[in-house]
Amino acid sequence: MAVRHLRGIADVGVEGLLRLLDLTDHMAEVGRRANPKVPALRGRTVCNLFFEDSTRTRMSFDTAAKRLSADTMTLAVGSSSVNKGESLRDTVETLEAMGVDAFVIRHRSSGVPWRISEWSDASVINAGDGWHQHPTQALLDLYTIRSERAARGAEGFEGLRVGIVGDIRHSRVARSLTEALGLLGASVLHIGPRTLMPPTPLAPSTDDLDAALADLDIVYLLRMQLERIDSAVVPSGEEYSRRFALTPERAGRLGEDVLVMHPGPMNRGVEITVDPARLTGSVITQQVTNGIAARMAVLFDLLGGVDTDGGSAAVGSGVVGL
Amino acid sequence: MSRGSQGVGDVLLTGGTVIDIGGERRIDVRIADGVVAEIGERLDAEVGEVIDVTGLVVAPGFVDLHTHLREPGMTEAETIETGSRAAALGGYTAVVAMPNTDPTQDCVSVVDFVRAEGRRAGLCDVHPSASITVGRAGERLVPFAELAAAGVRIFTDDGSGVQNDGLMRRALEYAGELGLTLAQHCEVSSLTAGAVMHEGECCSHLGLPGWPALAEELMVHRDIELVRLTGSPVHLLHLSTARSVELVRAAKADGLPVTAEATPHHISLTDERLRGFDPVFKVNPPLRTMRDVEEVRLGLIDGTIDAIATDHAPHPGHAKERPLDSAPPGMLGLETAFGVARAHLDLPLRELIALLSWRPAAIAGLHHLHGRPVEVGEPANLTVIDPAINWTVDPNALASRSTNTPYQDVPLTGRARHTFLHGEAVVRDGVATR
Amino acid sequence: MTEGKRVLGPDDVRRATTRMAHEIIERNRGLDRVVLIGLQRGGVWLAERLGEEIARIGDPVPVGSLDISLHRDDIGRRPVVPGSVSSLPSEIDGARVVLVDDVLYTGRSVKAALDALNDYGRPDSVQLAVMVDRGHRELPIRPDFVGKNLPTSLGESVEVDHEGVVIIDASDTDAHDEGDR
Repeated sequence: MAVRHLRGIADVGVEGLLRLLDLTDHMAEVGRRANPKVPALRGRTVCNLFFEDSTRTRMSFDTAAKRLSADTMTLAVGSSSVNKGESLRDTVETLEAMGVDAFVIRHRSSGVPWRISEWSDASVINAGDGWHQHPTQALLDLYTIRSERAARGAEGFEGLRVGIVGDIRHSRVARSLTEALGLLGASVLHIGPRTLMPPTPLAPSTDDLDAALADLDIVYLLRMQLERIDSAVVPSGEEYSRRFALTPERAGRLGEDVLVMHPGPMNRGVEITVDPARLTGSVITQQVTNGIAARMAVLFDLLGGVDTDGGSAAVGSGVVGL
Repeated sequence: MSRGSQGVGDVLLTGGTVIDIGGERRIDVRIADGVVAEIGERLDAEVGEVIDVTGLVVAPGFVDLHTHLREPGMTEAETIETGSRAAALGGYTAVVAMPNTDPTQDCVSVVDFVRAEGRRAGLCDVHPSASITVGRAGERLVPFAELAAAGVRIFTDDGSGVQNDGLMRRALEYAGELGLTLAQHCEVSSLTAGAVMHEGECCSHLGLPGWPALAEELMVHRDIELVRLTGSPVHLLHLSTARSVELVRAAKADGLPVTAEATPHHISLTDERLRGFDPVFKVNPPLRTMRDVEEVRLGLIDGTIDAIATDHAPHPGHAKERPLDSAPPGMLGLETAFGVARAHLDLPLRELIALLSWRPAAIAGLHHLHGRPVEVGEPANLTVIDPAINWTVDPNALASRSTNTPYQDVPLTGRARHTFLHGEAVVRDGVATR
Repeated sequence: MTEGKRVLGPDDVRRATTRMAHEIIERNRGLDRVVLIGLQRGGVWLAERLGEEIARIGDPVPVGSLDISLHRDDIGRRPVVPGSVSSLPSEIDGARVVLVDDVLYTGRSVKAALDALNDYGRPDSVQLAVMVDRGHRELPIRPDFVGKNLPTSLGESVEVDHEGVVIIDASDTDAHDEGDR
């Protein structure tokens, strides 16, 4: 089924997630070549539209596009007046007039990619909107889970027990990952204090990390924004760490094959007080590496198919490039 | 004013059904010199102009307790003239203009300006409200007596609620003594910081800060208790939650002088509409759940809620193209209120018109001019409704200067055909004459 | 295999494979640094069969597979679904690569394979082995080892596996859109 946008996990569904994971395998292989670049998206233009600073994600997308030979434009609006949103539509329409096939959008406000997809004919890829969705992060996380578990002799997502620890309420990473894991049959537990949970739970939740730890296959730590501590959502960073950080003591109780993940950047001393390099289960660096391949897969899936005005055949119809 | 130009303006409405506070009857109505000049079966059609209103309803004009005309200060969104035109087309002959203008309607000069501009436009009676506190800042009280002398009857800080309990108590004590009504926008702001939409399942998924029902209900409760304490009346604006309706029902059972209104959008739309992140569905108080919608409807049907008020809140297109969290809240309402209310309230036409006309007229202190019975000598502030006409909402075809209606492409049944303001046809066949 | 005109049977394919294996050994005396790389997906089984034959006759050589879908020049014109992940068996720098495919047609797949190969390193030489050469080249590419030259019309398509070779009248579909068939 042809997918035009990746704004949220719902845009692709189970079938799309599995297809993207398989494509990521190919892209990871490209990344291991002496010349990690393929001509697949020659002549396509990808515009990185970052209304919120995120050097890491922007570079990951930019590298992904370049490895597929797409042309890239980058507009890092950051804190300028456009960030207030007064001329979002004008900005998008101006850029589109320059010939953009896909917008990669990061914005501090939830929902902006949905609005832009109404104003533009280009594909829209959500690189993080407000507290809402961050689907490429979820994809790279799923890919990391799949490949790292395969390396440890385990397969599939069905029945996998994933604990997401920390600020669920304000986390687009948690929303996308919870939704994606749910679609794939994993069971997700949200772990954190009530003040950091969404008003209506998106998954079963607990505030007892120590009790939950024994029953997890994956511990996914979220970044704890220090400004949340300032706004009295939790009493102090120290108390947060005591209750919810991965401490050396807690790490010691993790099973052999339990994976430890984090979307980065880490707040060492807040959500993690153990050196991840000393954790056998840490796959945090693999997450970063896989980010490029996952984003290549998304770009190729959206832009490498049949031109939307080119006829009836759908991507994935089974005809193989022979 | 062109009222009574040519000294006549005689119009005979024949064949229609009159619906007013007195009931429903098939009679002709002659309008002359700004008043209802004659009523009866088969009036003489030889004199003046005859408008055939067979199959239509002749009713007292509607009164909106809650209109944002945006002038002075935000004329890009609406002007007193364009807002008045929208009102007349919606069947309204009077609107209460909300005070959150720039400058605020908190002193006689601004209030006089609004009233004068309304008169100049001549499309409906514009009755300015005034704020409760200076600049709506929630600190100092406005000069109530002076503003009352200038004709203001409704005072409100609408846009926000009066947060300070002690200040609200003093305002009630002071204004109540002067026979004035305070109207409250019920929102405890410490519970709604940054809020974009109703706090619940939908907002949890969409990753948007929630506006909990409790933030409204706490203030509804507080104000009811302050009414109990002071004996002064309070009008509660745009109630949106099931529990709010319940609180008001109990207050009325206790005989307290509490009145309330609800908007067409809170009886027709839910928070699910925000799933596309379109700010046209952002409004304050926010769209709630289906259960809230049903309870607010019930409140209107059983009389707990006294009136339908539009909270007509125009915003320029570019403002509604901002991201959802930074776009301003508000929806157009004047031209769609009747059709929307009709579709969502299971009420006889007369009860519906009561909610739109004489009940709000009484709350606004306008019952000497508006919502009057259609009787000889009464002011001819009338609307002629086509209750059966099917139409589809086209934002660009609305008279408002803005287009932020949440009902784009929605089919509605029923619409004002003609509107008479002090005897003058300001809307003829669905077209404003001014 | 779909109905159509069978032009080679299983025995023909087996004989052709054996002959091609001999020719590859002969051309690359001693098989030093020879690598067989099948083009996904149709060339992979043939590369494996050739590998088995060569091992039987001479010495074993590494066999790999190459997915060229990201290198095609017609992305955007037709659906693209990658096959399996490419798996190259050894260093490409300095190797003598024999690309293997089932059917040689326009030559565009081979061109894409040459491009892809470049990204892994610089081979000493690249040769091309195909079971069927059906003509209609659109690029200056010719095979070094051919199982069978099979003149076809544009309206036909060719299907190859170890069971044989079949020509199908596919005039109702656009032959070019079916790739090198």
